[in-house]
Amino acid sequence: MKNILILIRKDLISYFVSPIAYVVIAVFLVLSGIIFSLRFSFFYHDSLELSRNPYMMGEYNLNVTEHVLEPMFFTLNFLSLLIVPMLTMRAFAEDKKSGTMELLFTYPVRDIEVGLSKFAACFIVYCCMIGLTLLYPALSARYADPEWGSVAMGYAGLLLSGAAFVALGVFVSSLTENQIIAVAVSYGLLLLFWLFGAAETLLPQPYNVIVTDLSLFNHLEDFARGVLDTHDLVYYVSFTALAMFFTLRSLEVTKWKGKA
Amino acid sequence: MIEVENLTKYYGQVQAIKDVSFTVDRGEILGFLGPNGAGKTTTMRILTCFIPATSGTARVAGYDVFSQSLEVRRRIGYLPERVPLYKDMTVDSYLGFVAGVKGVPSKACASKIEEVKASCGIEDISGRLIGKLSRGYTQRVGIAQALLNDPEVLILDEPTVGLDPKQIIEIRNLIRNLAGKRTIILSTHILPEVSMICDSVAIINEGRIVAKDSLSHLASERQLTVNLTVTGPAEKVFAAISNVEGVESVEGGEESPEGVQFEVKFRPGADQRAKLAAAIVQNGWDLAELHAERPSLEDIFIRATAKEAEVES
Repeated sequence: MKNILILIRKDLISYFVSPIAYVVIAVFLVLSGIIFSLRFSFFYHDSLELSRNPYMMGEYNLNVTEHVLEPMFFTLNFLSLLIVPMLTMRAFAEDKKSGTMELLFTYPVRDIEVGLSKFAACFIVYCCMIGLTLLYPALSARYADPEWGSVAMGYAGLLLSGAAFVALGVFVSSLTENQIIAVAVSYGLLLLFWLFGAAETLLPQPYNVIVTDLSLFNHLEDFARGVLDTHDLVYYVSFTALAMFFTLRSLEVTKWKGKA
Repeated sequence: MIEVENLTKYYGQVQAIKDVSFTVDRGEILGFLGPNGAGKTTTMRILTCFIPATSGTARVAGYDVFSQSLEVRRRIGYLPERVPLYKDMTVDSYLGFVAGVKGVPSKACASKIEEVKASCGIEDISGRLIGKLSRGYTQRVGIAQALLNDPEVLILDEPTVGLDPKQIIEIRNLIRNLAGKRTIILSTHILPEVSMICDSVAIINEGRIVAKDSLSHLASERQLTVNLTVTGPAEKVFAAISNVEGVESVEGGEESPEGVQFEVKFRPGADQRAKLAAAIVQNGWDLAELHAERPSLEDIFIRATAKEAEVES
């Protein structure tokens, strides 16, 4: 455990001493900020519209949670898909390229400690990034009245799906010493899992249900609505665990092949 | 301290080392010699638990490198050839990180780091980024990180490659100062380095150990050649020196203005220069010149590696 903390600390230093973390988080916040403010101004216009047509109030249940924050979780999730591979690409690829992996694995640390610390360091950066978006619900609360339970569940969903993204990215990074390849393959896989969500209408029964259920993104729906479904929880946790398992196997393969 | 038995490693179809066996005693400095691509780095990587061997066993300090790798890794210090350090860290934060993962107790950490920095001569660059250091300093930081856990075994892969002559001398002195209680394996393809630093030498070629011996033994085993210039009757001198104990062959006998020149070869291990001189002087001849030539480590190395090549072809 002590080793993991030391390794995480070292990786975090690398992220925050170099501009990587700042640039990536800034890009993420600018994009999500623009989308949030657009959504909020739409909400504002809709509210004005509705206040002029009170008879429509019965049909629309206009509230800030459902109209601003819930869609925002999907936005943040999609932006994470674009951002996380940039964070994870260097996890192992950099160590392999620069040869530091050779020293790292001759220190008295277990593979699993190295794997988990790489995952944890990326995940902490991801959490910082997502944590800063708490500003949006906070701003909403200044002008409206969000349902905090629902918001909390949405963030739980973001963290769980983020963990899955990070684990997948770390795994891909462990396969190559080229960061460009790592980022490209991570995008490919994440987008593939995104596409699985479209399988519902494309594939015959019962395959469509199975494939749709594999989608990393569909499982966020319940969380965004404020519902905790163990089905989704199990999906994200097992996805993350499986990716980490593959990462450890891949490290072992690297060692047997003897490529630093 | 280090026992290697029948170590073999394949990279896919390519055989990197074959049946490598050797032992290194506690406190010994072993020079690991070989041409590029001979398998030095592969052997070292197996010893440091970075890669597993295809077959064979290796034990460091009594622990198996494969099944007890953590125990081995606690007891070694390793400097890989490329000196891969984290370029975006400062020297101090890097050494702090290494001390942490190597399990140096946090109380002893600061003093240990200071001690290692002093012995490697890097106190002045504590706050600098490793990526900005010169090659020589990077090398020292690399050695410093290897020393942090007070390793019983130090494995250095070409520690002086790419350094300027002054830095090379400094690094060599540093390594020599580290000897004593530590067992050191040092790979190089610079031969004089081995004679300067090491107690014994293992020559590896095309994945096989072709020679392994202590330097002093190797030196005495080498065949001594003596060039003689004597003033005296060529045939009588020839007969006299051929009878000297330990002489294997005598060649020459050409007359020159200074006298008659001979080339005397002693049998391996025999060095009877005194008797040779005495034989000449006792006969009343003048010994104008006696010049001994010992084959250098280069000769041994070239012969050892060439023999292999012949066998191969």
